[in-house]
Amino acid sequence: MISVRALAKHYKVHKRAPGLLAALKSVFSRTYDTVKAVDGISFEIKAGERVGFLGPNGAGKTTTLKVLAGLLHPSLGEVVVGGHVPKKREDAYLKKIMLVTGQKQQLLWDLPPSETFELNRAIYEVPRPQFKQTVDELVATLDLSDLISKPTRQLSLGERMKCELAAALIHRPLVLFLDEPTIGLDVSMQVTIRNFIKQYNERHGATLMLTSHYMDDVAALCPRVIVIDKGALSYDGGLEELVHRIRPEKRVVFHLQKEAERAVLDGLGKVVSVNHASAVLQVPQEAVSETISRALATLPVKDLTVENAPLEEVMSELFERSRRASASGAPVAPAANGTGRPS
Amino acid sequence: MSLRTTARALPAMMKVGFAEAVAYRAEMLVWMLSTTMPLVMLSLWNAVAADAPVGRFGQAEFTTYYLLMFICRQLTGAWAAWQMNYEVRTGALSRRLLKPISPIATYAVENLAALPLRSLVAVPMAVIALFAIAKGTLASDGRYWALVPLALAGGWMITFLINIAIGALSLYMESSLKIMEVYFTLFAVFSGYLIPVELFPPFLRAAVEWLPFRFQVGLPVELVTNAHSFPEALRLVGVQWAWVVGLGVGTAALWKNGLKRYAAYGG
Repeated sequence: MISVRALAKHYKVHKRAPGLLAALKSVFSRTYDTVKAVDGISFEIKAGERVGFLGPNGAGKTTTLKVLAGLLHPSLGEVVVGGHVPKKREDAYLKKIMLVTGQKQQLLWDLPPSETFELNRAIYEVPRPQFKQTVDELVATLDLSDLISKPTRQLSLGERMKCELAAALIHRPLVLFLDEPTIGLDVSMQVTIRNFIKQYNERHGATLMLTSHYMDDVAALCPRVIVIDKGALSYDGGLEELVHRIRPEKRVVFHLQKEAERAVLDGLGKVVSVNHASAVLQVPQEAVSETISRALATLPVKDLTVENAPLEEVMSELFERSRRASASGAPVAPAANGTGRPS
Repeated sequence: MSLRTTARALPAMMKVGFAEAVAYRAEMLVWMLSTTMPLVMLSLWNAVAADAPVGRFGQAEFTTYYLLMFICRQLTGAWAAWQMNYEVRTGALSRRLLKPISPIATYAVENLAALPLRSLVAVPMAVIALFAIAKGTLASDGRYWALVPLALAGGWMITFLINIAIGALSLYMESSLKIMEVYFTLFAVFSGYLIPVELFPPFLRAAVEWLPFRFQVGLPVELVTNAHSFPEALRLVGVQWAWVVGLGVGTAALWKNGLKRYAAYGG
């Protein structure tokens, strides 16, 4: 569905020192830097896949999504989505896709969301019965009945985001680019949006590409992740596999009846955190069973769980390795499925 | 973008454009007040013509001219350049680019949808005043009146296309609002908006012939104030539509190439 080969997007950026003199000088003579926002990335995404597109701020994620959505013309490389070249912005292509960003909106600010829905129906030429069915479904699933007749400017951020998603799906796009769709939302609204996105993907077989700094979004939605940093691809593969590669150790969380002695905990594994009611230990995967047996014998354990390291830590570690690798030229974590650039 | 898609979406777009235009009534009133310059010029030139006519303009002719100019300005207004500058700078243009309809068509519909409401109060009052005060100075030949809708449509198209061209320049230079200010100064001087073109010195009149501004608002007024013979009126309407075509082609090229530079700033 999505094929990206050696995609690069470079910007020319005006560079100027601070101060009045520099400002005056820049009127007559300007210097420019070339910023490589995306620098030769390649990947393939199959129809119906849900892929997390991750990276630190400024990595090139949003730029890539904008190229895929046809908003930006690539400097180099080939991009094909659903058989179309996005930069041509053909009607047939624009009817297949949608880019939803948490920070930009398509809802008409002064009018109720229902007006945007109606406008989208006309622009996307959605047949009236299909439109009615889609809106009814969206209103029921996202609980919009009280919202769609209020002016958009009077809705809260979360309410607006739900309506934004609904407006984006009126034409039932086959490819959804989601750029931070849950940014600024409270936890329960994040869960609502996440569940809805997953449901849409499963119901319509839509291909989904998601960027988010909330790792819960990624963990809940994306079996596969593509990671880029400074415009270059550093990982492409399964999320589980990434976690195991970067942090092969498991976290064993003990809920305790009373506070444990630090020396006993140190003897069981690496102590991540401890307080009077719980202790978190990091242990190699193969030592989990043995550690639990020993802990049950030596600690006042009320309950326990075994978890992977938090995704935030995994990503942070990956970005750190990526930075070190780009400085030394060494590999970070091999691309898992062979579609990405080996790194 | 297909014309069929645009045509089908037109009623819904007009409806939304109209609803957006009525959302801020105070802003609309201020806009109406900002177009009353011809009425100020009317009082000035009436004072000048009190003792003797200026050219063929006596007080009645000035009254007719400026009331008509006021009406034409209301009916041919466009402001897309400001919108485009804002949207290019903030990345809001992306919202339009993601839809399977030309952003230029959406700007056109938004501007056109607001016109009836902006004209709702001012134009009927001006038309009543015109027929009450200055009826004798209007063209009596119906053929001139038949050309007026064409000339008004051409005038709006030129104004709109210049707006789009200047707006598209913001894709090349980040902001083109200063160019808009220069344009508006040239428009005010050379369109007949402030001073009838026939009162210009000969060398300036020659310049006006080669510029688009007079065809924006001056020509419709000239048609119904006996300024031209009928063949000359026909020729001028032809020149006006040649400007429409020329500006259409130039603006389309400017827009298409400009989009390659669009940076889609912001999330």
